[in-house]
Amino acid sequence: MSVNGPSVPRPQPAAKPAAGTSAAGPAAGPAAGAAAVTTQHVGAASAQLRRAVVVGGNRIPFARTGGAYTKSSNQDMLTAALDGLIARFGLQDERIGEVAAGAVLKHSRDFNLTREAVLGSALSAETPAYDLQQACATGLETVLGLANKIKLGQIDSAIAGGVDSASDAPIAVSEGLREVLLDLNRAKTVSRKLQVLSRLRPKDLAPDAPNTGEPRTGLSMGEHQALTTAQWKITREAQDELAFNSHRNLAAAFDAGFFDDLLTPYRGLSRDSNLRADTSLEKLATLKPVFGKNLGAEATMTAGNSTPLTDGASTVLLASEEWADAHDLPKLAAVVDGEAAAVDFVHGKDGLLMAPAFAVPRLLARHNLTLADIDFFEIHEAFAGTVLSTLAAWEDEDFGRTRLGLDGAFGSIDRTKLNVNGSSLAAGHPFAATGGRIVASLAKMLHAQGQVNGRPARGLVSICAAGGQGVVAILEAL
Amino acid sequence: MSDKYTQFVSHGLGKDIAKRLGLPQPVALRRYQPGRPLIEGPLLVQGSTGGADELAATLLSWNLDVRRHAIPKEKLGAIILVLDELAHPGDLEKPVLTTAASLRDLAPNARLITVSRTADSAPGPATAAARQGVDGLLRSLAKELRAGATGNGILLGDGARPTSPATLGALRFFLSGRSAFVDGQFLTVSSDAGQLPGDVGKPLAGKVAVVTGAARGIGAAIARTLYRDGATVILVDIPAAGDHLAEVANEVHGTALQLDISRDDAGQRIIDHAAARHGRLDIVIHNAGITRDKLLANMDAGRWNSVIAVNIAAQLRINEALLASEHFRGSPRIVSVASTSGIAGNRGQTNYAASKAGVIGMVRATAPLIGGRGGSINAVAPGFIETEMTARIPFATREVARRLNSLQQGGQPGDVAEAIAFLASDAAGGISGEVLRVCGQNLVGA
Repeated sequence: MSVNGPSVPRPQPAAKPAAGTSAAGPAAGPAAGAAAVTTQHVGAASAQLRRAVVVGGNRIPFARTGGAYTKSSNQDMLTAALDGLIARFGLQDERIGEVAAGAVLKHSRDFNLTREAVLGSALSAETPAYDLQQACATGLETVLGLANKIKLGQIDSAIAGGVDSASDAPIAVSEGLREVLLDLNRAKTVSRKLQVLSRLRPKDLAPDAPNTGEPRTGLSMGEHQALTTAQWKITREAQDELAFNSHRNLAAAFDAGFFDDLLTPYRGLSRDSNLRADTSLEKLATLKPVFGKNLGAEATMTAGNSTPLTDGASTVLLASEEWADAHDLPKLAAVVDGEAAAVDFVHGKDGLLMAPAFAVPRLLARHNLTLADIDFFEIHEAFAGTVLSTLAAWEDEDFGRTRLGLDGAFGSIDRTKLNVNGSSLAAGHPFAATGGRIVASLAKMLHAQGQVNGRPARGLVSICAAGGQGVVAILEAL
Repeated sequence: MSDKYTQFVSHGLGKDIAKRLGLPQPVALRRYQPGRPLIEGPLLVQGSTGGADELAATLLSWNLDVRRHAIPKEKLGAIILVLDELAHPGDLEKPVLTTAASLRDLAPNARLITVSRTADSAPGPATAAARQGVDGLLRSLAKELRAGATGNGILLGDGARPTSPATLGALRFFLSGRSAFVDGQFLTVSSDAGQLPGDVGKPLAGKVAVVTGAARGIGAAIARTLYRDGATVILVDIPAAGDHLAEVANEVHGTALQLDISRDDAGQRIIDHAAARHGRLDIVIHNAGITRDKLLANMDAGRWNSVIAVNIAAQLRINEALLASEHFRGSPRIVSVASTSGIAGNRGQTNYAASKAGVIGMVRATAPLIGGRGGSINAVAPGFIETEMTARIPFATREVARRLNSLQQGGQPGDVAEAIAFLASDAAGGISGEVLRVCGQNLVGA
């Protein structure tokens, strides 16, 4: 209910309730949330916080890199996702409070990517926009940031989003060539220019290809996860089963028309191109490991249980309740709260993608909730191993005691509530676009579910990100 | 935009060659543009009945340049031939031959419109013969008109007068460029229902309209036309066509609803969307349709069933939901797209023609049902229309097909849209259960 939420002593979630948290439970209204905030050190102490609601979303189908969107730029795809959203909700010429989006793989020319996409869309040209970048958490962070602005009353409506293209990735010139070019630009005389050019060596002409490796370890994300997967003893079978469920659930969702009002076709695609509706556990079992091959028999991560590089874009329409009502638009779910965490993967204390294992307990504690209070879990499937390592950590007594400061294990989840309409293993994962995909889908599921045990249905989003980060959020049905 | 041949024979050398060789000489048709005069040039009202006088007075009040007697050599924008009191075929002679003297004075793209009564309501054989005579007269005369001029007729049922709202609405439609590709056709006004618009430029102001199959072609043109006429448009198409749908929706400031109309709950989802977003639903245009052509000897169940499911079964199911809905009240209007294939038949289209003829049967039978809630339902049957679909017909076949009508050219998607927009307006309220062909008076299936 709060901007950053009333903070509680960390990392002792079990030791609460700290002052104010009991009143800040999700069932409490905005006023109660605000009252809780006054006892805390959060800036907007006396502000009357209002609800930020998810009106709906739109994304383009995700395409495997080198496929249907090879010739599409980030701006093309983000604009297409925006235009589909505008068409769905009749937002033509509307001045939206603010649009925020971002991309992980970004050209230097895209310094104002989101604003340029807005200018190319059917929105009012008077709609302001900004770019945000937090690796794979970019999409979810735009939702949380904009929701906070709505709660504070700074804006009434917002569009959050994200886009990524691994097909149209930027390629930089080598550091040597770059230095020569800059010096050349500064050189005033012909002789000086020639002098600068003479420094150029053939190796300087080789381009600097993009790579998603961690700058501080040199390991790719897959190699990092392979270490974590092995550390938590996640079996190949368990990973393949998660991947299989992802494909099966996503295919069923498409067949049921679940995405009819969440997705707009683009460039000949009307379904995610990575989706294999006919995959089977047997087929997945035949794939050879691609990450952690130096682990020998413990190498379990294949192309089937890891997400492929993907192109795509997503958007989410957020609003205050008043704005949604005034525009006769639906209110699917409230954005309750979010939490970011980071881990020290550089020194090997935790796995690269394990930050959500810490963020979720902190966020739930702030709202007096446990895993049993969640009706839909949307845990981003960067790799099947990521989801399963996170769940394993939560079920681990030692991890709960030593790392989370609890009395024992944090808890386990009902697997039938996990990624029920598929997730990244099937849909693909255009880095910054994943948050928007998940939030819009979850909001729709929550709205359809309505009440659970006399309280609004509740959903948890968890997204891991490069740099050892993670962002998680709670949404609640309206 | 006219086709290349029409452009070629419209000027200079091309015009000269076509004339010498007796080739078809299609002209660029006068099409509706908001703000332009209803017709170009004076309008002659022929006929000596009270109805003719009344009509002339009304047209005068529209600030038209109305003549009751022709001035020789004066170019005319339109002739309205009022034949509302015929009792015997002999009564045709005087008004018809008087009109004949003015035919050479018709300007390019002029209009000739008859106003007479329906034969099936005639009190006796002689009256019926006279009234039915107008049918043959008008259809033949339309074929004699040249240079984009068209001839159409308004038939008055028992409950209608020469100045009923829908008579005047139909008259305005036939006079204007909205009816550019409608030729040799009759519209029956059956009642005094309906209302002329306050603003003739925005006849659909305040209305919420649904258009199915709105992503491209005729459907997109319908959405654009309804929007131009003041309606708020909900655009429906299958999810796979969503990108084109979004583009059109953004152009017409409408909302896109990705929905397969053959789903069981399609009607309810349309109603829910309209009610939630716009609080009402006034107009539904059933445009979505598919073709799966095959000679019947080679027809399979898949081709047959999908055409029937989308083209007629879906409309029936959606209409059922609409007629049960509290949101579809006031003066609700349904317009369905049929096809001349459904009237005249077409080789290789048994499934399509069956579905489109089915639409016509459905429209006639639904008229009394929707009439009970003050509404109307009609169909429009397009002939050869220049769309992406007809552009795929082989050149020679296409060239022949588009010349086989009185206007010697294909119609534009907008021509179909104009007819639909008119039938969806309150000005057409007294017209229901009708099928209006937009075919340039196609030579087949008249």
